[in-house]
Amino acid sequence: MKLLSDEPVTTYTVGDVEPGPPCCDPVPHLRVTNLSVAYDATTVLDDVSLDINKGCITALIGPSGCGKTSFLSALNRLTDLIPGARVQGRIQFEDTNLLGADVDVMALRRRIGMIFQKPNPFPLSIRRNLELPLREHGVHHRDQLAHKIETALRDVGLWHEVSNRLDSPALALSGGQQQRLCIARALILEPTILLMDEPCSALDPISSGVVEELIQRLRGRYTVVIVTHNLAQARRIANYAAFFWMKERVGKLIEFGRSQCLFETPINPLTAAYVAGVSG
Amino acid sequence: MSDRAFTHAIWGAALLVACTFFWLLGDLIWRGVPHLSWQFFISAPSNAGRAGGIAPILVSTLLILAVAMAAAIPLGLGAAVWLAEYAQHKVALGRAVRLSLDVLAGVPSIVFGLFGNAFFSMFLGLGFSILSGGLTLACMILPIFIRTSEAGLSSIGADWRQSAAALGMTRATALWHILLRAAAPSIVAGFILGMGRATAETAALIFTSGYVDRMPGSLSDSGRSLAVHIYDLSMNVTGGDAAAYASALVLVLLIVAINSSAFALSDRWMTRRITLS
Repeated sequence: MKLLSDEPVTTYTVGDVEPGPPCCDPVPHLRVTNLSVAYDATTVLDDVSLDINKGCITALIGPSGCGKTSFLSALNRLTDLIPGARVQGRIQFEDTNLLGADVDVMALRRRIGMIFQKPNPFPLSIRRNLELPLREHGVHHRDQLAHKIETALRDVGLWHEVSNRLDSPALALSGGQQQRLCIARALILEPTILLMDEPCSALDPISSGVVEELIQRLRGRYTVVIVTHNLAQARRIANYAAFFWMKERVGKLIEFGRSQCLFETPINPLTAAYVAGVSG
Repeated sequence: MSDRAFTHAIWGAALLVACTFFWLLGDLIWRGVPHLSWQFFISAPSNAGRAGGIAPILVSTLLILAVAMAAAIPLGLGAAVWLAEYAQHKVALGRAVRLSLDVLAGVPSIVFGLFGNAFFSMFLGLGFSILSGGLTLACMILPIFIRTSEAGLSSIGADWRQSAAALGMTRATALWHILLRAAAPSIVAGFILGMGRATAETAALIFTSGYVDRMPGSLSDSGRSLAVHIYDLSMNVTGGDAAAYASALVLVLLIVAINSSAFALSDRWMTRRITLS
């Protein structure tokens, strides 16, 4: 079988998405309009509107507590899990408003994957970690499972490291390997959008570098939205950047634009101060 | 108190506790083993239990425990899952359920016996039967089983729940494949605590499963449990001491067997995961 050869990583789960010259001709993949998130009576994010462009990496930056993670969680409706959470506004994805009551949330989350700050593989074997979501979405055929597992592990550059111990516990892997396994677990469902909530912040510098490189490789094939506190990282990898800030205890979007513009010639003085303060 | 005296006192306390246990066990073995034989396990008691064996009693005990387990495990896991996973939206109700379970856990077993007699034996018309006894025991072990399992489920962080949801997995899948397995050590601990209590129970069973020492023909027959047998031999039957000791030894062995097989089972589950370091 061709897949078993030692060829370099060239197969990608989504495959057909045009890599193209990234972001030269931006096509909105998600259109967020007037998004507000509140927990019980406390508004944490107010009136955010921005376009997430297809195939691009969009970085969300800003201090802790300014609603970046809430914004991210609203995109795949993970806010539904939080008692008392209220999300208002509109998130246009293809022809539907993701916030509509009739949206099939489980199917939606298959198409919009999410990676968390702390690597969180299930306490099962490496193989079961990848099999479980597939089976949940109706893939049961043994060959198909094996093929998809191998492809996903190759996509994240983990295949050579774990192919001989797929049945050993996932929690025995190193932190960086665990995070790449989590990315594989998201990719295996063939999403088109990946949400990442500080995916490198719990990792050592070397693992962090490996994961960052992987995120770079996802560009073009996936639309990536990444929350990061590492401005240097945001600068290196992002095509677009959104700067969030707290105003009167409510998170606001201050500035959004091409990453280069936002970091080098910010329009808003708050952005300028934040970018300069941390990077300088 | 000097440091030396203190150290001696601490050692003394630990040794005294250990001695009490070994004395008890030694006494049981010393007096019980001579009476033990294959015949003891496979024959029915005769002469009010002074002679013969404990075959029907062993069968009744296992049946009562099986009924208790069959009722308590699904019901208890269901309640524990509700408390740990669903009750956060119903704070007042959750608190009321927890409080009532904690009170129930402390209720003396004789009260459960009276309740079982009134409810299962009389009201539901099950009479003095293995079914009544088993169900009464289930009521008795449910509180401790539910609270221990709930604690296990609640101690699992939000990470796995979130990542399962983010992968579009239903709550049921996450519970069945991930959360319940991760909580297995606590669930097994709760099960062992409950079963230990149930196996050793006399007061709750005298009024419900009764003390007929014949081989039960079905779950609706009365059946005498080992603990009731020991109680009867030592209190009501003069000259029944030897058989009582032998039965007590069997009871202890039974509890050890249940505990170690429960641990072995949870260990087998664990080999597929790794304990969080």
